[in-house]
Amino acid sequence: MKKEDVPQDLSSLGKLTNEVCYATDSSGKYVTALSRGWDVKISALDTAWDEVTIRIEAARQKVLNNEASPLLFFMEKGLMDVQILAGYTGYWQWQVKRHLKPNVFKKLTAKQLKRYADVFNVTIDDLKTMNVHEA
Amino acid sequence: MCMKLNFEHLQSAHCENGVTRSLLKNIGVNGITEPLALGIGYGLFFVYLPFLKINNGPVIAFRPMPGLIFNRVCKALDIPVIRKKFSSKEKAEAFLNQCLDEGHPVGCQVGVYYLPYFPREYRFHFNAHNLIVYGREGDNYLVSDPVMEYTTSLSSYELERVRFAKGTLAPNGQIYYPKPGSIVTPDQIKQGIKHGIQKNANIMLQSVVPIVGIKGIRYTGNRIKSWRDKLGLKKAGLYLAQLVRMQEEIGTGGGGFRYIYAAFLQEAYEYHPVDELMEISKLFTESGDLWRTSAVQAAGIYKNRLGSQEDFNTMGDYLLEIAELERKAFTALKNIKWQ
Repeated sequence: MKKEDVPQDLSSLGKLTNEVCYATDSSGKYVTALSRGWDVKISALDTAWDEVTIRIEAARQKVLNNEASPLLFFMEKGLMDVQILAGYTGYWQWQVKRHLKPNVFKKLTAKQLKRYADVFNVTIDDLKTMNVHEA
Repeated sequence: MCMKLNFEHLQSAHCENGVTRSLLKNIGVNGITEPLALGIGYGLFFVYLPFLKINNGPVIAFRPMPGLIFNRVCKALDIPVIRKKFSSKEKAEAFLNQCLDEGHPVGCQVGVYYLPYFPREYRFHFNAHNLIVYGREGDNYLVSDPVMEYTTSLSSYELERVRFAKGTLAPNGQIYYPKPGSIVTPDQIKQGIKHGIQKNANIMLQSVVPIVGIKGIRYTGNRIKSWRDKLGLKKAGLYLAQLVRMQEEIGTGGGGFRYIYAAFLQEAYEYHPVDELMEISKLFTESGDLWRTSAVQAAGIYKNRLGSQEDFNTMGDYLLEIAELERKAFTALKNIKWQ
């Protein structure tokens, strides 16, 4: 990549900091150059976020259809999977998987619910009702 | 309480190269640039793990496991490394404070999901990030994150949260620094360069598993051709977006580290005046350019501008072409007659 070809498409990161790239100068020697972003990367990130939005919506539907507990919704919203959620709550993965079932979820104690609510940074009531307060 | 170590923030392309370079500079080892850190740490890599998922996509890595580059560079230069992991958050913070009190800026492995100074769009559960803590002011730790242009700070709670991020490659509070007091000679750097090149060539050329190195790039290229049928357009596009992010996002310097490696070979020439190094450097530039061309093709697919089987074949063929180019380049590196 030549120095003058280093892309400068403003990305969400570019608003906060430029990134260092390595590129060649006119004599072919490598130098560092700053980049504000690259539209190929921006759209890759957008693609990932579009998918996140779809997954959250699908999770919400599943909860409303009583096919999953609200934990699924918050898990997707937090970009987590069972392994990560187990890590943050301290539960085993098999326990988290059980708690994702609506019938099991209904029987969870306040103490158990609090562990999830703390991780998702919501109240227990919000956890049960999928209530989200956008910050 | 306020204590700020005498420490110079340097911005780098890649976090671990940057941490390595800055921590070494801080103990008086000045000659290690970012490209030298990558090259001596034999950090050019490729692996595709089809059976593992991160963020619901395949794991494709262009770098070795976090921590390896730092360790390898220090080993090559005969610098002892202090590295610790913790199960207790309290002990992790106590040790951090102790290091700072003793005057050592330290490297920390962290997750980026809760990293407040990153833009929200970048905050996925990715745990292989590295930053340096170089002091504290009241409840805040002073942070030099090599991918940022400027220094930042984290409250003790924020720092604890990212040091104890969960999920794949959970950092477990991992902390490390090089022991001060070593004198590094140009000859050690020279030997480290040669060693790093030989090791990197072996890793990329001689993998016994088909998903690593040159074979891994070729394997991925062939797999991509079948993604359209196997996964459907939508999922195939997501997988390609993931590939592009691993390859180009913060830290790789562009083209999946290939440009930094090309820069490394130019710097290596200063230590070893072997003409081939400059020629092979051009091959890596070419490879970096090809990686980026392939990213443009991938973007065509995930932006729904392209989508025929022919488009996927073109995408796969780029990787096959890259594999062949890098096979040539690493074979040439392997065959260098060192003086």
